[in-house]
Amino acid sequence: MTGFAVEMRGISKAFDTVTVLSEVDFAVRHGEVHALAGENGAGKSTLMKILQGIYELDSGTIEVDGRPVRLGSPQAARAAGIGMVFQEFSLVPTLTVAQNIFLGSEPRGRTGLIDDRAAERRSAEVFADMGVSVDPGRTVASLSTAYWQLTEIAKALAQDARVLIMDEPTASLAKHEADALFELIDRLKVRGIAVIYISHRMEEVYRIADRITVLRDGRWVLTESLAEITPPQIVEAIVGRRLEAQLTYTDRGDAGETLLEATGLRAGGRVRDVSFRLRAGEILGLAGLMGSGRTELARCLFGIDRLDAGEVRLRGTRVDLSSPGAAIAAGLALIPEDRREQGLVLDHSVRDNLLLPLLGRLRRGPVLSDAAGRRLSQELLERFSVKVADPARPVRLLSGGNQQKVVIAKWLGTDPDVLIMDEPTAGVDIGTKSEILDMIRGLADAGKGVLVISSELPELLAVSDRVLVLRDGTVHRELHRRDIPSEEALQLAVQGVS
Amino acid sequence: MTSSTATAPALLARLGAFDWRRYIIYIGFVAVFLLFSILLRNDGFLSSGNLLNIGRQTATITVIAVAMTFVIASAEIDLSVGSVAGLASVCAAMAVAQWGLLAGIVAGLAVGALIGAINGGLVSVLQIPSFLVTLGMLGIASGVAMWITNSAPQPILSSTFNLVFGGGNLGPIPGLIVWSLLAVALGAVVLAKTRFGRQVLATGGNRTAAEFTGVNTRAIKFKVLLLSGTVAGLAGMLYAGRLETGRFQWGAGDELSAIAAVILGGTSLFGGSGSVVGTMFGALLIGLINNGLILAGLDTSQQQVVRGGIIILAVALARRK
Repeated sequence: MTGFAVEMRGISKAFDTVTVLSEVDFAVRHGEVHALAGENGAGKSTLMKILQGIYELDSGTIEVDGRPVRLGSPQAARAAGIGMVFQEFSLVPTLTVAQNIFLGSEPRGRTGLIDDRAAERRSAEVFADMGVSVDPGRTVASLSTAYWQLTEIAKALAQDARVLIMDEPTASLAKHEADALFELIDRLKVRGIAVIYISHRMEEVYRIADRITVLRDGRWVLTESLAEITPPQIVEAIVGRRLEAQLTYTDRGDAGETLLEATGLRAGGRVRDVSFRLRAGEILGLAGLMGSGRTELARCLFGIDRLDAGEVRLRGTRVDLSSPGAAIAAGLALIPEDRREQGLVLDHSVRDNLLLPLLGRLRRGPVLSDAAGRRLSQELLERFSVKVADPARPVRLLSGGNQQKVVIAKWLGTDPDVLIMDEPTAGVDIGTKSEILDMIRGLADAGKGVLVISSELPELLAVSDRVLVLRDGTVHRELHRRDIPSEEALQLAVQGVS
Repeated sequence: MTSSTATAPALLARLGAFDWRRYIIYIGFVAVFLLFSILLRNDGFLSSGNLLNIGRQTATITVIAVAMTFVIASAEIDLSVGSVAGLASVCAAMAVAQWGLLAGIVAGLAVGALIGAINGGLVSVLQIPSFLVTLGMLGIASGVAMWITNSAPQPILSSTFNLVFGGGNLGPIPGLIVWSLLAVALGAVVLAKTRFGRQVLATGGNRTAAEFTGVNTRAIKFKVLLLSGTVAGLAGMLYAGRLETGRFQWGAGDELSAIAAVILGGTSLFGGSGSVVGTMFGALLIGLINNGLILAGLDTSQQQVVRGGIIILAVALARRK
């Protein structure tokens, strides 16, 4: 048996009072591809950020090549031989491939000036070792994204990385590019390089990985050789036994008349042909892998991206989707995917954020009424039980869960007919999550149509009356909730297996 | 623990939590004012004549800086205001000479509004950074002003124009100060208390989130630059009225003083927050320092050094995080 390239033992980490990792063990052998699996929020990315020196661990030990290390900074982690292939690429597009590879560790000539030619020569050697051909003298911007990834890998290898972390590396790759990547990973294995492979795609995990570790709710669940575990066993380990109460679906009876009708929607390259109906009082779930067009569909339904074809009708009237303002006026609302970037002005107060879509209602003549604003924001906060000590304080000081509730409350103030929620519980704690799910059910009970986009299937199953499975920009399956026997069944539909 | 000992630390904690950085401009203003009052007490610093003089000298900058507060709060910049003021002053003067008082006023404002609209259009429709658009416009406006006047001063003989725009007094108060107080009052209400002001702050604070909330951020950016150009036109007329001449040099370099006043006043250079009253005190602080340094007998070169140092120090102290 070979030794461990990385061994993490008893790793715990909490942010403020929220424990995100508790006593996690994780070890990767030399020359092994080790898959790391778990739902969003299971602790995968926190664990990897600790390994990269971005977060400091609260307790536990890390050994690299059998030597205990302290990874207090990204530099320390890199020096210890940990390399990361970023999901969002960390390259400077205007520099050449070689300049990117040696960014910060540029080879110098005798004069002390940077020797670009030496950098290109050494880059070419790294690429030759990898068995791929990339011209190191070209600027990164002139290459396709598949080559960006190769450059990322070369960058890590040039820094003598012994462990590579790959987070959803195939998300932006075409099929043949992904195959080339797998061949490259096989070659890296032979050289004794350990690869930590994070992916939601089961087929890939079986194709490339030797062993798998599953995390759930910040805890280690299992580590097993892939030869000895079946896909349903993995799914069960990922899903676990739920806190049944909050995630149980109750049939809410038949919904009302058709509220929203979308026909033949096409936008950009990602939404290719989508048609669906949403009834009053109905919760429609939207499932699909990353890149299936989920978020892009939400964006064009809300007038952020222009539709290339198709139309949307609300109660039979065609909706003007030329801008978010027009969509709001028609009675739509979007709870966006990224609350910090898209949902909130973080430095502004809770109250100002809540009132931003409602300013028209606060006008008394030309000026806004402070008293009316205070009343309205207080009412919204109470109605949705957002715990805020002082609504005049910046929203950035709130917890993720409360921030998300502010985003939702902000939209409910406009009293929309249709709500589109993109990952409404991403990054919120379990308690808030069930409150948000209750909020969603309450909205539907009040006769609104709710479109919930989520990569967390249990959540979709807990609220949706119907589920659309999106794949490659089209509706791949449409399932009634009562026809979905289990989460595994939905998972298989999303993976495109069934 | 008794209740009396419990309240003392609570009080201390509250004092510790007091965010003095937010009020640094007011603290700084009072500190510099007191300092000069003591050091320059024999040089006539506190005489009402001198204090009104400070107000008069900072008035035009204040007017420009009020509009600049909106521009910077929306995360844009307008470098053309100084030369727009110069161009507006000559256009107003020429129109007064040609067609009379009313035409002069319309010309001054229209030139400012036109340039503001061009700036705003290029920034919001073509998405060119305002830094570049207004840097180019700085040259264009002052070039046009020199061109149409052959670089010659344009005297204004309409005493009404001169009286209204900065030459006259309202009771004991110089007209220029009345104009600047008017601008500050109006600007403060609009930024803090109207839908437009709120949308300006939201656009500057997080453009994506504002856009997702239905704010037409392009329209906002257009409007703030239109406002800034128009107000710069007004400022040009204030120069013209007070000096009874239109001249292309009027206002040259004012963009930098106005930006400094805005930043000193606590508006974030990156947008999202802003205070018009703070801006006024920022402009007054700069005027105060100028005045004090002159009274202290420093020559122009030394004044520039000291003024620059004080501005950097104040901004450094006001920096958050």
